[in-house]
Amino acid sequence: MHIDKTYRRAYNIEPSMCWECYSCVKACPQNAIDMRGYADFAPLGHSVRVQRDEKKGTIAWKIKFRNGTEKNFLSPITTKPWGEYIPKLADVPGPSREMRDGQLLYNEPKWIRMDEGGLRTLEQAGLKLKKGIQY
Amino acid sequence: MFTNNPFADLSAIVPPAAMQGYVVLMALLVAAGTLFDIVHKGSAKYFFANWRKSQGKGTPVDVASIAVRTAIVDVLASGEFCNTHRRIAHLLGMYGFVIYVVATVVMVFNASAGAIWAQLWWLGGLMVCVGGYWFWFFIRVDVAAEGQSPLRVMRADLFILSMLASVTLGLIWAAAGGGAGVLFGLYIIANTVLFGGVPWSKFAHMFFKPAAAFEKRFSRANGTFENLPTLTRDDPEQRERHSMELLKGAPMDMGLGIKREPPRHY
Repeated sequence: MHIDKTYRRAYNIEPSMCWECYSCVKACPQNAIDMRGYADFAPLGHSVRVQRDEKKGTIAWKIKFRNGTEKNFLSPITTKPWGEYIPKLADVPGPSREMRDGQLLYNEPKWIRMDEGGLRTLEQAGLKLKKGIQY
Repeated sequence: MFTNNPFADLSAIVPPAAMQGYVVLMALLVAAGTLFDIVHKGSAKYFFANWRKSQGKGTPVDVASIAVRTAIVDVLASGEFCNTHRRIAHLLGMYGFVIYVVATVVMVFNASAGAIWAQLWWLGGLMVCVGGYWFWFFIRVDVAAEGQSPLRVMRADLFILSMLASVTLGLIWAAAGGGAGVLFGLYIIANTVLFGGVPWSKFAHMFFKPAAAFEKRFSRANGTFENLPTLTRDDPEQRERHSMELLKGAPMDMGLGIKREPPRHY
């Protein structure tokens, strides 16, 4: 990591050591790591700042374009309280030979709920697609 | 032992003027090293440029009250630490080092200083040792989170190691009866590395950290928040966003996330 001489925040100068997953940027408690956003959501010359709020279960993004346009996003990072509803995998019995030889992955079809009346849809979950970009 | 001025006993071998000259030289090295660090990293330039830039932004705030809060919470109480153990170790090291250095200066410049100064010198030194060795062997990230050996050393450790060496050797030298032997030589070498190594060590953090803490408090008070996003779920309007539909009905306090357990990456 190096310090950017203008913004005084750290950034990674070694591409082979970075997956650009932004995990470090989001997790840093002092917001000390800077990033350049992907070109598909912000053109060059922008600034991206992120605030992860675990207590509220959200992550907020603020993007400033070089022409001064500002975009703010807020998204969930969990839908359940942290640490709850985590399956105790140590208590789960190991897969049988038949399961090992099968094509299904762990807990399929149970967790994709194919055995509860077919594929889940947005309508079943009480959601709907809206036209255009929603902020 | 705890009431004797070890530097007064030493004056029979080393002239007091030489000791005082050495202390002044160390103070000059710290000042020069800090100035070099500021110029080299451009931290003061950035601080004032950022300060000027933030003048016209946000809502007007009471600078004096922010400065007082920074001094009390961030400087005197090391309020920036999230980890309680790190905070206690830092407070022990910080106050111990200040007491130790002040007592050293008083005893070097005044051979007849009261026994209280010798006691403070010992107290400060022991505080540095407790906080410093606790940090070095158990708390620092390399050891606690990364599972590295506590004996692994790198250049970034220059400040903590030279400080611990200086204080430890000083206490051992005094406990062994003082004098100008090998222990005294090692004590002087450790001091010279500590105060002369400022440009390469973390020593100068005691000067620029308060400035950084003030800057952070100022930007939060005037609403610019270091350009960070300010959207939150507390705002009912934000809870109605399309992107937040999955959190409808979820508790407002989701508990601790990555802080649920201490980081252990080994």
